[in-house]
Amino acid sequence: MTIVEQLITSFIAAAGFGIIFNAPKNALIQCGLVGMIGWILYFVLVQHDMDSVPATVFAAMLVAVLSHICARIYKTPIIIFSVSGIIPLVPGGMAYEAMRNFVENDYALALQFSAKVMLLAGGIAIGLMFSEVANQVIRKIGKKISQLRKIS
Amino acid sequence: MNNSNEIAKVCMLAGKIMLECSAETYRVEDTMDRIARAYGVKNPQSYATPTGINFAIDRAEQANFMRIAKRTTDLYKIAEVNSISRRIAAGELTIQAAIDHLHQLDSHSFFYSKRLQVLAAALVSGCFTIMFGGIWADFIPALVAGGIGFIGLLAFERLVEIKFIAEFFASFIIGIIAVFFIQTGLGVELDKIIIGAVMPLVPGLHITNAVRDLMAGHLIAGVSKGVEALLTALAIGAGIAIVFAFV
Repeated sequence: MTIVEQLITSFIAAAGFGIIFNAPKNALIQCGLVGMIGWILYFVLVQHDMDSVPATVFAAMLVAVLSHICARIYKTPIIIFSVSGIIPLVPGGMAYEAMRNFVENDYALALQFSAKVMLLAGGIAIGLMFSEVANQVIRKIGKKISQLRKIS
Repeated sequence: MNNSNEIAKVCMLAGKIMLECSAETYRVEDTMDRIARAYGVKNPQSYATPTGINFAIDRAEQANFMRIAKRTTDLYKIAEVNSISRRIAAGELTIQAAIDHLHQLDSHSFFYSKRLQVLAAALVSGCFTIMFGGIWADFIPALVAGGIGFIGLLAFERLVEIKFIAEFFASFIIGIIAVFFIQTGLGVELDKIIIGAVMPLVPGLHITNAVRDLMAGHLIAGVSKGVEALLTALAIGAGIAIVFAFV
């Protein structure tokens, strides 16, 4: 039941962000799907007792890979799909907790939350970076293979 | 090359539109170089930052400069410029036709209607409350708070020039509405309502762009976008914090 709940809400949230960022009309569904799949991976991993930082890394990786595929198929810049996919993973809630504890003079707890926020933001960066690197490597290997075929 | 002035114009116009729509800086430079190469320029030199473009048709040639004053988020225009540059690279567009196409794109605002945007922001807020472990009783309060907060953002953006102030006031409004829902007993968890309602303001685009620019080696652009994201986050946090200070 919770999974179904999460599927529906994350799809609407990601597609809604597509509207706020003025994504092309025919890309909204794909935006929603990319966001939904990335979020569900994160959600399931966290539910199976994985720490939120590695879960964010894996989800960001998946989002980036899916966005690359969509960008290839629809011949549009990758940013259109990756933005709405990444946003559910942005540690907004954690940043909020940090801010709130700063205001309530609980600095120890606030710093703890801030450190977590930085780790999560770094996790998103690593996830995006990994798929970027993988994409470049695959492209280069593909070129090499086609060159070798020409020679032989 | 006798038409180098026109080529520079096409490249800079494309770059300007992309930067104004918050595209990644490395993509902007890449697009400008591709367009220039398609028109036969051998060594185009482009340098873009979030606030300005430099472009020269060759090494040690005179450089053209353009200032980017205002930046919004518009994925549609980024995709359109991309498809125009693809057509240029395929040799389908003459220089004059490209300038006309880009001018047309620049002057049109293709935004979804404001009403639809507010509706989307409201739905996003409600959904995020559920995604972050909230209960369905808080769906409507978050929906209302997020929607009104987004209206506030749009209104303040018209009133004040500084974007961060508008974000600050929007999150302040969200905080007040959320507290109001709790006080009247309509909402249950204050934290979940506020987190959900604040999400449409979160600078997710700038964070991803900053990361991608840094990875592509555009250190200045990446750092400045990261600072922009940080300032936005601080503005949102400060708006909520003020509400907490009085509750």
